[in-house]
Amino acid sequence: MADSENLITVKDLTKTYRTGDIEVRALSAVSLTINKGEFVAIMGASGSGKSTFMNILGCLDSPTSGEYLMEGVDILGRNKNELAELRNNKLGFIFQSFNILPRTSAQENVELPLLYNNKVAAKERKEKAFNALKSVGLADRINSMPNQLSGGQQQRVAIARALVNDPIIIMADEPTGNLDSRTSYEIMEIFQKLNDKGITIVMVTHEPDIAQFAKSNIVFKDGKIIANNPVKDRINATEELKKIKTLAEEKAST
Amino acid sequence: MRILNLLKVAYRSLNRNKLRSFLTMLGIIIGVASVIAMLAIGEGSNQNIKASVASLGTNSIMIFPGANFSGGVRQGASTTQTIKLEDVDAIATRCDLVNHVSPVDQKRVQAIFGSQNWGTTILGVRNDYLTIRSLTIAKGSGFTLSDDHAAAKVCVVGVTVVLNLFGDENADPVGQMIRINNIPVKITGVLTKMGQNTFGQDQDDIILAPFSTVQKRMMSSSVYVNSILASGISEDQISDAVDEISSLLREKHKLAPSDDNDFTVRTQSDISNIFGTISKVMTILLASIAGISLLVGGIGIMNIMLVSVTERTREIGIRMAIGAKGRDVLIQFMIESIVISFVGGIIGIALGISISELVAKFASWPVVITLSSILLSFVFSASIGLFFGWYPARKAAALNPIDALRYE
Ligand SMILES: Nc1ncnc2c1ncn2[C@@H]1O[C@H](COP(=O)(O)OP(=O)(O)OP(=O)(O)O)[C@@H](O)[C@H]1O
Ligand SMILES: [Mg+2]
Repeated sequence: MADSENLITVKDLTKTYRTGDIEVRALSAVSLTINKGEFVAIMGASGSGKSTFMNILGCLDSPTSGEYLMEGVDILGRNKNELAELRNNKLGFIFQSFNILPRTSAQENVELPLLYNNKVAAKERKEKAFNALKSVGLADRINSMPNQLSGGQQQRVAIARALVNDPIIIMADEPTGNLDSRTSYEIMEIFQKLNDKGITIVMVTHEPDIAQFAKSNIVFKDGKIIANNPVKDRINATEELKKIKTLAEEKAST
Repeated sequence: MRILNLLKVAYRSLNRNKLRSFLTMLGIIIGVASVIAMLAIGEGSNQNIKASVASLGTNSIMIFPGANFSGGVRQGASTTQTIKLEDVDAIATRCDLVNHVSPVDQKRVQAIFGSQNWGTTILGVRNDYLTIRSLTIAKGSGFTLSDDHAAAKVCVVGVTVVLNLFGDENADPVGQMIRINNIPVKITGVLTKMGQNTFGQDQDDIILAPFSTVQKRMMSSSVYVNSILASGISEDQISDAVDEISSLLREKHKLAPSDDNDFTVRTQSDISNIFGTISKVMTILLASIAGISLLVGGIGIMNIMLVSVTERTREIGIRMAIGAKGRDVLIQFMIESIVISFVGGIIGIALGISISELVAKFASWPVVITLSSILLSFVFSASIGLFFGWYPARKAAALNPIDALRYE
């Protein structure tokens, strides 16, 4: 593949946490390349460094040492404001715990990244937020408060928020960790559709079946990547959801 | 554009946290309102005291017998008698800087009219006394110099005496005979009502009679005088007038240069200084109470702000994760704090003024609202509000987004 296809390149990424005298090496010399249009699922045991890795990729945290290039540009040398802009208009980060603002409507939550983006005019804001919510199937819930939404719906608000500035990459740390399998599949359907549109997706998951929706799987162990394989029998979420639906209908009819 | 967005963000945040915004405002409201009300009440009584002291007559000079007279209060029951009536006449004729002078004899007496009996104070004075004290006659007339020479049995009464002897403040007792310590005396006039002074003393509970009438008919001594009230020709020359009186009295009392004065001269400004000290103490007291209110209000603001730090730090983490810069977060928090401080401050000012007005109306207490109290309390509370709005935000904005999100 051509070099221009490289979206993310990390080299010898190391992260050491120090609490008092104890040092925890969460990442040790991780190197990885992610191409445009990829859909990567990161797996691995608890404590193996997946979240640490994702947070660094998402520019929410900085590594102790190593290199990080995005679209060929060095990330680690950038100042805080440049990183904030990057997070605002290139990245969409989705958390396991949703991290949407409480007591704030779905619409306003999704508008938030636009308020920090100078290029978006006030009149575009409403429409963009609505379209993002519509694309995750929440067109009818724009005025709902988070406490009026189910976990899956809240996560979809978070996805809409990640999408609203048209990012080139979406990073998700256990986006389905708090959801049942059917809702998880619905989230995967959204991800696959976004990926089909050309958005690169990097996602951490614990569930092997969720990892099967991705194009490739990476496995972490003790802060190192121990495997990086393409997914063989990739599942299509839309078809899977149809199957579940017909199964449920059959059950109901008998 | 950017600032408009941040205004919107701040507005939504305030709106979303109505209770927190309100409680923070409450701290500011309480601080500002109580300081304004306290200082208004304090300043009101100060000015009231000043006015009462001024009503003694701005240039007045008081001369008392004995040297052991300090702080405006006689030390123990003085039995010293050193001032004679001839001293008064000498002051009147020989002191150029004194324009009015009157001897004053004072005595508690029983006044009787018909079956009514009333205990009051009689003052034996000359006409100058009324001039110095700015007293005026509301009904009838005062007494004359010849009344004094003749020790005529005439008097002028205050309205409280009228009320208690004639059953009605507005009764016209002019020409009536009353008995004072069993001496029949004719009322020639009624004094204009003065009301209470600052210390709650009824200034209308008084009878004025010619000096010689009181001295000859009611006092045990017909030589000595209780005290002298005089007035200087001008406020600027009052201390020269005091010197003039002192040297005259020393000469008349034949004091050797090594002897202490056997009399005490006090000016109205000495007395107002004494009351000035009293009112200063009172102001300090009220200012301390006000300071405590400010502190309590300030701690209230601080508590609310600090308690919400965890929630707010997470919020800042979320905002930074989706692209807010440290500056955006700080501006948002500053806008929020400014709105809270200013709205709270303005409500506090309005409340403080209303409380003062209510006190003035219902407790009939004089209040004076000063601009400095408004500024002081407003600036102080607003600064606390701004600082505690800004400081946690600055700390949070300096964190990595992920650390802010994980903050507990
Ligand atoms: N802020 C921190 N301070 C100290 N140690 C940390 C911190 N964050 C993570 N660690 C440590 O770094 C290691 C990797 O943590 P990380 O959160 O990346 O694991 P993970 O693979 O995401 O696990 P899980 O699947 O349970 O989410 C763990 O040993 C963890 O204890
Ligand atoms: Mg994790």
